[in-house]
Amino acid sequence: MAASKPRVKVPGSAKAGEAFTIKTLISHPMESGLRKDKQGNPIPRKIINRFTCDFNGTNVIDMEMHGAVSANPYIEFDAVIDAAGEFTFNWYDDDGSVYTASKAIKLA
Amino acid sequence: MTYTRRETLVLGASSIAMLAVAPAAFAATTDEEIAAFTGGAAAGEGGIEIGAPEIAENGNVVPVEVTAPGAEEIMLLATGNPSPTVCKVKFGPAAGSQRVSTRIRLAKTQDVLAMARMGDGSFVQATRTVKVTIGGCGG
Repeated sequence: MAASKPRVKVPGSAKAGEAFTIKTLISHPMESGLRKDKQGNPIPRKIINRFTCDFNGTNVIDMEMHGAVSANPYIEFDAVIDAAGEFTFNWYDDDGSVYTASKAIKLA
Repeated sequence: MTYTRRETLVLGASSIAMLAVAPAAFAATTDEEIAAFTGGAAAGEGGIEIGAPEIAENGNVVPVEVTAPGAEEIMLLATGNPSPTVCKVKFGPAAGSQRVSTRIRLAKTQDVLAMARMGDGSFVQATRTVKVTIGGCGG
């Protein structure tokens, strides 16, 4: 399987105290563990079970995911900042790997 | 792999038996999830909204948005799925609003239920029926 590639959309700059939207997407099969292959054997579960977003170490969103989240999970939420800094995004896979992305933002 | 007539009959019978047992088990887990989230407290109405299509053509990708101003944590349940919990979202101090939007799988036509734990410790919930024409979850 191709490596999971995270994509995040964060505005380049934002006004202090004003909420703005962040969109994230990561390519991942999110295999629920309920499906069966052609021989009738269950396909083992492999999903991203947790997603977090932090801004300069302050948590924005912490999401626990289960098998009912669609393949290539898309997550959209709002954030607010009072200084320039960096957003870090982490996706935690069932197999222990962590996919990371980060994005800097300026104060408008 | 080829099946004999006898094997096919056995397979068919066992899958029907599975279907008969399933619904009761599913309903119980939804209640359990709610009880685990609220700790037994009753949930009020209002202050939480679910945005979802009335009819989802493809149950594998159903866009859902939950908004609950003032919430600390939101739980999303698909009551008709084999395992009802979809996601639990905690909002941190840098969250701009208590809103999250994602895409979920729905096995069949069912009620989507969202619960939120508010800042003052109370709970609110909302439900929304989504009609699914093609099921998700490997159906």
